[in-house]
Amino acid sequence: MSARDISCREFVELVTEHLEGALSEERRAELHAHMDECGGCSRYLEQMRATIAALAALPPDNGFLESREAAMDAFRRLRASGPSGG
Amino acid sequence: MSHAQTGDDAALVQAIRDGDEEAFAALVDELTGPLTRLALAHVPSRAIADEVVADTWEAVIRGIDRFEGRSSLRTWIFQILLNKARTRGVREKRTLPFAYFRRRAEEGADEPAVEPERFHKRGEEAGGWARPPIDWGDPAEVLATNEARDVMLKAIAELPPRQREVITLRDVLGYSAEEARNALGVSETNQRVLLHRARSKVRAALERHFEAEKATV
Repeated sequence: MSARDISCREFVELVTEHLEGALSEERRAELHAHMDECGGCSRYLEQMRATIAALAALPPDNGFLESREAAMDAFRRLRASGPSGG
Repeated sequence: MSHAQTGDDAALVQAIRDGDEEAFAALVDELTGPLTRLALAHVPSRAIADEVVADTWEAVIRGIDRFEGRSSLRTWIFQILLNKARTRGVREKRTLPFAYFRRRAEEGADEPAVEPERFHKRGEEAGGWARPPIDWGDPAEVLATNEARDVMLKAIAELPPRQREVITLRDVLGYSAEEARNALGVSETNQRVLLHRARSKVRAALERHFEAEKATV
């Protein structure tokens, strides 16, 4: 099997399916064979992995105090009719 | 990272029905952040997102007696939020109302992950990189900067709404493919196509950022 089986242009369109584990065994082997010979595509996949990791590491939004209070007020108003509910 | 815990649903739903403030507060603590982020995929400001989230909680409180457990509690809450955020987004003119055409365009196969000009058009190297990805340096380091974070947030903000929803749920908030699929009501394939388009664009935005940075050094 040669790296020619997949072009670089095709490779970049298979990256998500690869990362999602949705590729067939055969296709996955072709992808790996391609990467063995192609620095550009290896780098592309590495950058995609790094991007996904960086998205997961985005700091959480802050300042939900008001939203929380509004939700709890609504809950008390609409639902809790006593200390143990009802 | 928050994940749906469907096993606890029955007890939690009952507690909320019974007016258990502590149980409801824990759910509000867990989901208010993710819900706000998801609302921002459709509405133009945090203030409006906060309103959408408040409406959502009120609908949850009012509707909990009718919740039948056909989806997980969290999926149900996300669906309520998305309905409200999409409606509000149309009103605020951020989302196009032509759902069918929008969906087609967003899932279209005619949108390549990398600009076609980056690849050789003909000859022996046809389909191979003409201009391969540049070196970013240590990704963990360069992507942790405030600048890189701003580039990512801006890239997400500029995505079409469905792509924005999927990448927000999957990559930013860490939900599984199945959870995202259920909350958004899209097929497995569509979910993956939307995620692919979204991720490709965020990576491309980072690449443009690093290229511009290199050019000015």
